[in-house]
Amino acid sequence: MGDSSGSVLTAALLCFFAMDEELERDERVFLLGEEVAQYDGAYKVSRGLWKKYGDKRIIDTPITEMGFTGIAVGAAMAGLRPICEFMTFNFSMQAIDQVINSAAKTYYMSAGLQSVPIVFRGPNGASAGVAAQHSQCFAAWYGHCPGLKVVSPWNAEDAKGLLKSAIRDDNPVVFLENELMYGVPFEMSEESQSKDFTIPIGKAKVERQGTHVTMVTHSRYVSHCLDAAAVLAKEGIECEVINLRTIRPLDVDCIETSVMKTNHLVTVEGGWPQFGVGAEICARVMEGPAFNYLDAPATRVTGVDIPMPYAKILEDNSLPQIKDIIFSVKKTLNV
Amino acid sequence: MSACLLAFATAVLEPVKLQWLFNDFILGYFQDVLLGSRVVVSRSFADFTPQATFDIKKCDVHRLEEGPPVKATLTRDQGLQYYRIMQTVRRMELKADQLYKQKIIRGFCHLYDGQEACAAGIEAAINPSDHLITAYRAHGYTYTRGVAIKEILAELTGRKGGVAKGKGGSMHMYAPHFYGGNGIVGAQVPLGAGIALACQYQGNNQVCVTLYGDGAANQGQLFEAFNMAALWKLPCIFICENNKYGMGTSVERASASTDYYKRGDFIPGLRVDGMDVLCVREATQFAADHCRSGKGPIVMELQTYRYHGHSMSDPGVSYRTREEIQEVRSKSDPISLLKDRMLSNNMAAVEEFKEIDIAIRKEVEEAAQYATSDPEPPLEELCNHIFKNDPPLEVRGTHPWATLKSVS
Repeated sequence: MGDSSGSVLTAALLCFFAMDEELERDERVFLLGEEVAQYDGAYKVSRGLWKKYGDKRIIDTPITEMGFTGIAVGAAMAGLRPICEFMTFNFSMQAIDQVINSAAKTYYMSAGLQSVPIVFRGPNGASAGVAAQHSQCFAAWYGHCPGLKVVSPWNAEDAKGLLKSAIRDDNPVVFLENELMYGVPFEMSEESQSKDFTIPIGKAKVERQGTHVTMVTHSRYVSHCLDAAAVLAKEGIECEVINLRTIRPLDVDCIETSVMKTNHLVTVEGGWPQFGVGAEICARVMEGPAFNYLDAPATRVTGVDIPMPYAKILEDNSLPQIKDIIFSVKKTLNV
Repeated sequence: MSACLLAFATAVLEPVKLQWLFNDFILGYFQDVLLGSRVVVSRSFADFTPQATFDIKKCDVHRLEEGPPVKATLTRDQGLQYYRIMQTVRRMELKADQLYKQKIIRGFCHLYDGQEACAAGIEAAINPSDHLITAYRAHGYTYTRGVAIKEILAELTGRKGGVAKGKGGSMHMYAPHFYGGNGIVGAQVPLGAGIALACQYQGNNQVCVTLYGDGAANQGQLFEAFNMAALWKLPCIFICENNKYGMGTSVERASASTDYYKRGDFIPGLRVDGMDVLCVREATQFAADHCRSGKGPIVMELQTYRYHGHSMSDPGVSYRTREEIQEVRSKSDPISLLKDRMLSNNMAAVEEFKEIDIAIRKEVEEAAQYATSDPEPPLEELCNHIFKNDPPLEVRGTHPWATLKSVS
């Protein structure tokens, strides 16, 4: 499979590298989930791991999410460091009790006696043409719960650095990948090629500096925002694009610093609008020092408030498009 | 006969101080009974039978050639130890009942009295290095797994000296190799299978005892756990404590099959008399050997009974009769069963049991004192223990100006 020293690599590959390096580094780490072993992973993220590490550490499970998630959490309680893969996070709903009640809350309930060092990972949000039951974004649901860390990487570097941090973290981490990003190639920096390259959980990254408006986004929509920013730049509007990287804990400082500079805020996400990530960001900005710097109300760009349809034209119009982002920025700036 | 003599002695001869006459004329056999009221224990411990073997009820088996032995050996020391453990759990639970009625314990309180032989018997057959997880009727196991009574009661009363510093309450107590205390019915079963997976992974020859009730026995996640445990031969002893009622629903009204020891289907099973601590011990020993030899999981059904209702908010008599409860108390009480066995085999004296009872009462009373006088956890610690090994983080309070701090 090689190592991560190539300079242009995909997010899927980087998730693989992260897992490979952590499996090698710590023998308590293991991966379980549907088709992770002999099938090489439903999305090929774990390809080659089973051949390298064998049955003990790469475990194919039956199609029983509640059961295998509980087993993964129990193993974490007893001293191992499992990576529990959901084929998509839609299926995590079958196991959500184990994620929230058995994993997230236990360290608190036990007043620190019992920790749960586990990573729940898998693709989250919309894919292409998979319709309503397979397209939900769970960032807001998991982001709601104390005791969980919720991470949403955008590019290949994010994927590697954040997944390594998640695996090394002693707490339950929900790691929301994106299927449409798995195959997108990115240039890798020199430092990201190291086996100890980690990105801290809880810190956002300013992907593009700007002065007129702050765009806060996560996952796939970072690409959309950067594309929109390129178009807007031609019209003289300079957007600052913040890649959240972590949904919980939210890096409010980064957002506030930016808003206090640009005076305008637009949030962009794929999930539904009600009680979503954008809603939380707006509320937090209102409650803090950045509010007084806003020259206009904050704007949320979100998925359409409907179950995901199948037909391409309908699906395309159910999610934020670059034109929607451009439109929203201009409206917010009143231009 | 001996009671009459005693009455005669105290009523007639006491004033005459002629009891010395009885010492000369009455056989040593009566000596203790007559003098028991004024002399503590005159027999030396060398008089007792140090060990005896008892016939125990045969277990029903499922997919097994043979079951646990039908005879169990009990030493005097073991007997007294099991008695102590069961009586301690009994008195602790009754104290919790009292404190709950005084509103010093709040919320949920699911009491274990009647089921003591299960916790005591299981612990007698496993090692401290083995693992155990159960549901919410957990105080007995919290004790047998090593937590002090005062830490259990103080957790129930929500004080900082509680085993979980008052953060968990009745259903969320933990100790090394004891994973609670779990509030969601059935969720602990896959967790237990996962703990067993960790044992197998680490190659440490340990087993995990995973308990659930007759109510949880119908949960889908149990069958998911059974499937994976059997597939991967996990060293997991699944134990159903069948106390005949899931809350207010009798087993006949909840389960199409009440043969809980067979519900593991492809997993071998045992049905055990859960009121007899020796039966429980022998069966658990058998099950642990099965798991440790790499044969995979095993299911045990312990037939037991709870005297209290489902929880403190359930009087426990709307779905069962007082007569039924009374019948179990008089005919099958686990503590009485053990005590009668030991007495009728001359393994201990009545006075010894009395002394143990007095000591336990005192211990429980002191623990209750502690639990009612220990301060509540300080508000500064409200947000602690969200994350492990993390730098301190800010936690939002009830309004934007309330910024609280959480440390690991």
